Amino acid sequence: MKLSRIKELISAEILCNEEMLSMETVCAFGSDLMSDVLALTCKDTILITGLTNIQTIRTAEMLDIKCIIFVRNKRPDETIVELAKEKGICILATRHTMFTTCGILYSNGLKGVDKD
Amino acid sequence: MEELLSVKYDVVSGDFIRGGEASSNLKKLLNQLGVRSDIVKRICVACYEAEMNIVIHSVGGYIEAKIYNDKIEITAYDYGPGIPNIELAMQEGYSTASDVAREMGFGGGMGLPNIKRSSDEFYIKSEVGKFTEIKIIIYFN
Ligand SMILES: Nc1ncnc2c1ncn2[C@@H]1O[C@H](COP(=O)(O)OP(=O)(O)OP(=O)(O)O)[C@@H](O)[C@H]1O
Ligand SMILES: [Mg+2]
Repeated sequence: MKLSRIKELISAEILCNEEMLSMETVCAFGSDLMSDVLALTCKDTILITGLTNIQTIRTAEMLDIKCIIFVRNKRPDETIVELAKEKGICILATRHTMFTTCGILYSNGLKGVDKD
Repeated sequence: MEELLSVKYDVVSGDFIRGGEASSNLKKLLNQLGVRSDIVKRICVACYEAEMNIVIHSVGGYIEAKIYNDKIEITAYDYGPGIPNIELAMQEGYSTASDVAREMGFGGGMGLPNIKRSSDEFYIKSEVGKFTEIKIIIYFN
């Protein structure tokens, strides 16, 4: 699924790196616990989270995660958006909650990172 | 094997803003050196977990990386308080992280097992009141 399609499905606003919207992703992971995100082994996932601090961006940077969706209308500080911009991470923000965001994307064909 | 390059970064206790910069700098360097991206990822996840452990659990320390032709050797060293029971600390889910660290998304008790899983060789040493040292080796091939 293209990031532009994801943006449309969850009525998200794009906060940085708009040129990345044509990128494709096959799976997603939703969590507020960076400990769990860091333990992921799968390739090419996007991250859905309510945690908007700088370590969310650092975690995504280390894992080569190319897109973060912030749920429930949470807005990161400008410095955090700046860091994401510099690291080539596309940030989307939606008013939907975590559950609804995941539900919409899952029912439209985006897969979880589960192995089986 | 000849050492090509060595870098050292100080890591400050409780600094959640700058925490992760050492791993970020190392990532930049490894990408410049042309290390395969899946291996860079393993190295940086391990390094970042170790770096954040110094930020969260210790009084401060450093990360040192020695890069060779075929491998990287990372040492994460801090000046205490040390780990009383390493076997317990290595268990998935065990954590003494503060509320502040938990609010930042840490404290799952997954870091040390993840460092071990991500590396080809893993060594941990600690003395209560003195130091904790984690050494890992990851091969480039
Ligand atoms: N450098 C250190 N100094 C002192 N204690 C440490 C250090 N690193 C780890 N520990 C101890 O070992 C426990 C487990 O560490 P681990 O990295 O696995 O989990 P965590 O840091 O608590 O949570 P997570 O890494 O999932 O965010 C810590 O909660 C802490 O008690
Ligand atoms: Mg940890």
